Amino acid sequence: MSEMSKIVRTLSNILFPFIMIFGLYVIAHGHLTPGGGFQGGAVVASGCIMLLVAYGSTWVFEKIKTSRLSVFESLGALGFIGTAFFGLVFGGWFFNNFLVRNGIIFNIVPKTGSTLANFNTAGVLPLMNFSVGVKVIAGLFVIVLVMGYASSLKEWKQ
Amino acid sequence: MSIRTIVAIVFFSILAVFFVFTALMLSFGEPKKTDMDDYIIMHTQNETGTNSGVTTIVFDYRGFDTLGEATILFAAVSGVIMIFRRVKK
Repeated sequence: MSEMSKIVRTLSNILFPFIMIFGLYVIAHGHLTPGGGFQGGAVVASGCIMLLVAYGSTWVFEKIKTSRLSVFESLGALGFIGTAFFGLVFGGWFFNNFLVRNGIIFNIVPKTGSTLANFNTAGVLPLMNFSVGVKVIAGLFVIVLVMGYASSLKEWKQ
Repeated sequence: MSIRTIVAIVFFSILAVFFVFTALMLSFGEPKKTDMDDYIIMHTQNETGTNSGVTTIVFDYRGFDTLGEATILFAAVSGVIMIFRRVKK
């Protein structure tokens, strides 16, 4: 793909930070508000795909490598399974929420009923949200990036 | 009649009997058990310290489902990269 016109590029430049902030907010507040790692990761990945469409895959391929993105995807999966295994080590069973009540961070338990949202709650759920978010960002972006590369294969061979 | 027709008739009648009995056994919307819903609504905040019950179900109570979903995403990405791989000459 070659790059699009200057109007599209300027608009995507303006929109990109807001999409990033919204997606990262959805990932970080996954245990408080609707959404989570998967949804926020999809938002961030679609923002990156907007840059890919506006600037063309040739420009993006000079900036990042597909193999590096797949490393991030595997790191997200390893973080998710690793958190589950830490539950096995510290709490006794797989997927144990070992940070609730006696952890270092995210250890506050809210009262039953409707309470104000506190960011420092929910045990391991924010960590799992973060790993799934990294995984989904890298995974969805690398799919579209590889397809864009395949569409511009002839330009690359020259 | 050939033996093939007989086998087909027997097979499809058994299948029809199964479907009819399954449809007659349960009326629509039954059984109305809400034990699991009530348990999760009442105990989520105390057990896992989360205000959002949906996230608790996804990552805590049903963590293995999310693990399978992550595996599916990994397999999808690996398959796409394999299909669009660079051919060396």
